[in-house]
Amino acid sequence: MASEKSIFLSVLNDTRSRSLIIQFLLLAGIVLGFSWIVENTITNLAAQNKSVGFGFLSQTAGFNIQTTLGTWMFDYEVGRSTYLDVYYIGIVNTFVVAFFGVLAATVIGFAFGIMRLSHNFVIRSFATVYVEVLRNIPLLLQMFFWYFAVLSALPDKRGKIEIIPDIIGINITGLYIPSAHPQDGFMATVIALIVAAVLTFFINRWARLRQQATGQIFPAFWVGAGLLVGLPLIVFLVTGRPLTWVIPEFLETGPILRRGYQDGGILVIPEMMAIWLALSLYTAAFIAEIVRAGIQAVNKGQTEASSALGLRRGPILRLVIIPQAMRIIIPPLTSQYLNLTKNSSLAVAIAYPELVSIFAGTALNQVGKEIEMIFMMMSVYLTFSIATAMFMNWFNARAKLVER
Amino acid sequence: MKKLAYALAGLASIVFATNAMAMETLGQVKDRGHVQCGVSQGLPGFSNADDSGNWTGLDVDLCRAVAAAVFGDSEKVEFSPLSAKQRFTALSSGEIDILSRNTTWTMTRDTQLGLNFAGVNYYDGQGMMVPKSLGATSGLELDGANICTNTGTTTELNITDYFRANNMSFNLVAFEKADEVVSAYDAGRCDVYTTDRSGLAAQRGKLTNPDDHVVLPEVISKEPLGPVVRQGDDNWFNIVRWSLNATINAEELGVDSGNVDQMRNDDNPSLKRLLGTEGNFGEEIGISNDWAYNIIKQVGNYGESYEKHVGENTPLKLARGVNKLWKDGGILYAAPIR
Repeated sequence: MASEKSIFLSVLNDTRSRSLIIQFLLLAGIVLGFSWIVENTITNLAAQNKSVGFGFLSQTAGFNIQTTLGTWMFDYEVGRSTYLDVYYIGIVNTFVVAFFGVLAATVIGFAFGIMRLSHNFVIRSFATVYVEVLRNIPLLLQMFFWYFAVLSALPDKRGKIEIIPDIIGINITGLYIPSAHPQDGFMATVIALIVAAVLTFFINRWARLRQQATGQIFPAFWVGAGLLVGLPLIVFLVTGRPLTWVIPEFLETGPILRRGYQDGGILVIPEMMAIWLALSLYTAAFIAEIVRAGIQAVNKGQTEASSALGLRRGPILRLVIIPQAMRIIIPPLTSQYLNLTKNSSLAVAIAYPELVSIFAGTALNQVGKEIEMIFMMMSVYLTFSIATAMFMNWFNARAKLVER
Repeated sequence: MKKLAYALAGLASIVFATNAMAMETLGQVKDRGHVQCGVSQGLPGFSNADDSGNWTGLDVDLCRAVAAAVFGDSEKVEFSPLSAKQRFTALSSGEIDILSRNTTWTMTRDTQLGLNFAGVNYYDGQGMMVPKSLGATSGLELDGANICTNTGTTTELNITDYFRANNMSFNLVAFEKADEVVSAYDAGRCDVYTTDRSGLAAQRGKLTNPDDHVVLPEVISKEPLGPVVRQGDDNWFNIVRWSLNATINAEELGVDSGNVDQMRNDDNPSLKRLLGTEGNFGEEIGISNDWAYNIIKQVGNYGESYEKHVGENTPLKLARGVNKLWKDGGILYAAPIR
């Protein structure tokens, strides 16, 4: 009796076997919990006479979707396109807003973050006010503000403001930009661009190595820029400009509903502008704080040492402070990028046809496959998030302090 | 994120809730002490909250009728304002007991979404509203229009069908909430605002200049609107269906909230069955026998609700039209209580 108890106790007191037991119990708990969820789901669905499956994806979707990059890419047509196309269109539209939102938020955020540290009182206060106002107002309200601000600032469908006369114009239905259509022979220009990019890469490397070896500075940036612009331009002109532009046409007369801009060219709808503005400006306020904190976290001695070496303010910031600050900035910056992507789902409130709106909204209401569709929607956000996180981790690994 | 959270909550409750949830709504309602009713986020005449949070409207009266039938007290009801997109998930997840939110009865919804329509409390049809400045007199002149509407409704499908059938092109701008549709239409984002004609009448008052807009004559769809419950609970379904039938039968028999006490002593057997002085109709479905008496006394008959909320003397000015009783030339016809 006593020995049995002592065996039991000794097993329990042994770190290795104890950890095994705990892991086993945890695993059993997860498996039980998961099977309970599945079982329960099936019973509840059966009670409501619902079936499970992805067959609905091949049904045709019977509703119109606003013209966006997504509908253009997948050639959306009512009565022919399926719910799967709707899914793809939602993904593309979400991606577009997230991508351009991340770009703009980064630029604006860095600018305001640096402005927050300016010695100029006006600039510094302006940046402070910006950050405090924008990050303290709910994003949804900002979206409504920008949307209705954009709508009320623009002329109606039959009017226009020309940003570049006869080429780029805007009214309440959106921003109209000419679209480029490559012709035969355009490939040569693309190849020239690739060649220029490869050359630029090697010139940069050579210049860096030479500077390290001899201390001489080569104007690699300007040479690279010249190559990247010049070489494709020359090839483009030599091959006889194989690119045609479709400029959106504006009708002043005819049936009243037909007046205004016609199809053709690129259309950026006001919903897209509003959501992009709101997401970029809101996230930029957070990024500004991250950047400010990152810069301030770099020891003041670094600035003083650089000054002692005779560097001016600009190069100190660019060569000494920012590279060290980046190590601190990148991880929280990643979270902001992920937040921006997920926040784009608020766009449903102002009629931008992104994933939550058209797939988990309109389409879900028509086919009623909550489980399948929410699962599909979640996997998209998960994929976007993991991809962003992977890219930022790679970037972080490059930027972090390498001890020598 | 709120909408997403809502969808996820709905999903979670389908996944996690115990089996008892789908069954026995009546028992749950009684335990809870009130009926939880899903309504719109503000559609004057149908379901709308005033400044002090009191809900009124035709759809609201249906919820109050069910509360009166179950508890004998039409105030024992709480309202969940839902967007068109959220409504079915809220119902199937058990957040609400009835959905009474100007919801169109369609085959897909009835057969594939796990829902049951308990009847029709308003026969509607989809219409189109345009600014007078457009000069349009018919829907057939709307080729090339920008059209504003709500997501997650049958209106998206109907308008698409209508334009396709007439070989016209259009661009659909679909918002989550009706308020944004009205604001965007008012700002000129769209040439046309489309929804059920009752909805157009209700929302028109929210425009800056209601008189500058005109509702086109076309009715492009059939929209039988009615209360919805979950599939799988027949008793609860019966209670909701017969609460609605009681209000329509009451109008037909000439009983209203004013004369119901007096009518209770009448010898007409139809009246006796309706008001619970004869037969066991209430107890058979788990409620008291004076269920219909309570409905009529506290909420009124169908005609009373109609005139009070959407009729000619309200801002909506909707004529009874097809919503008249069958014997007055309409199509409103409730099965008899016997």
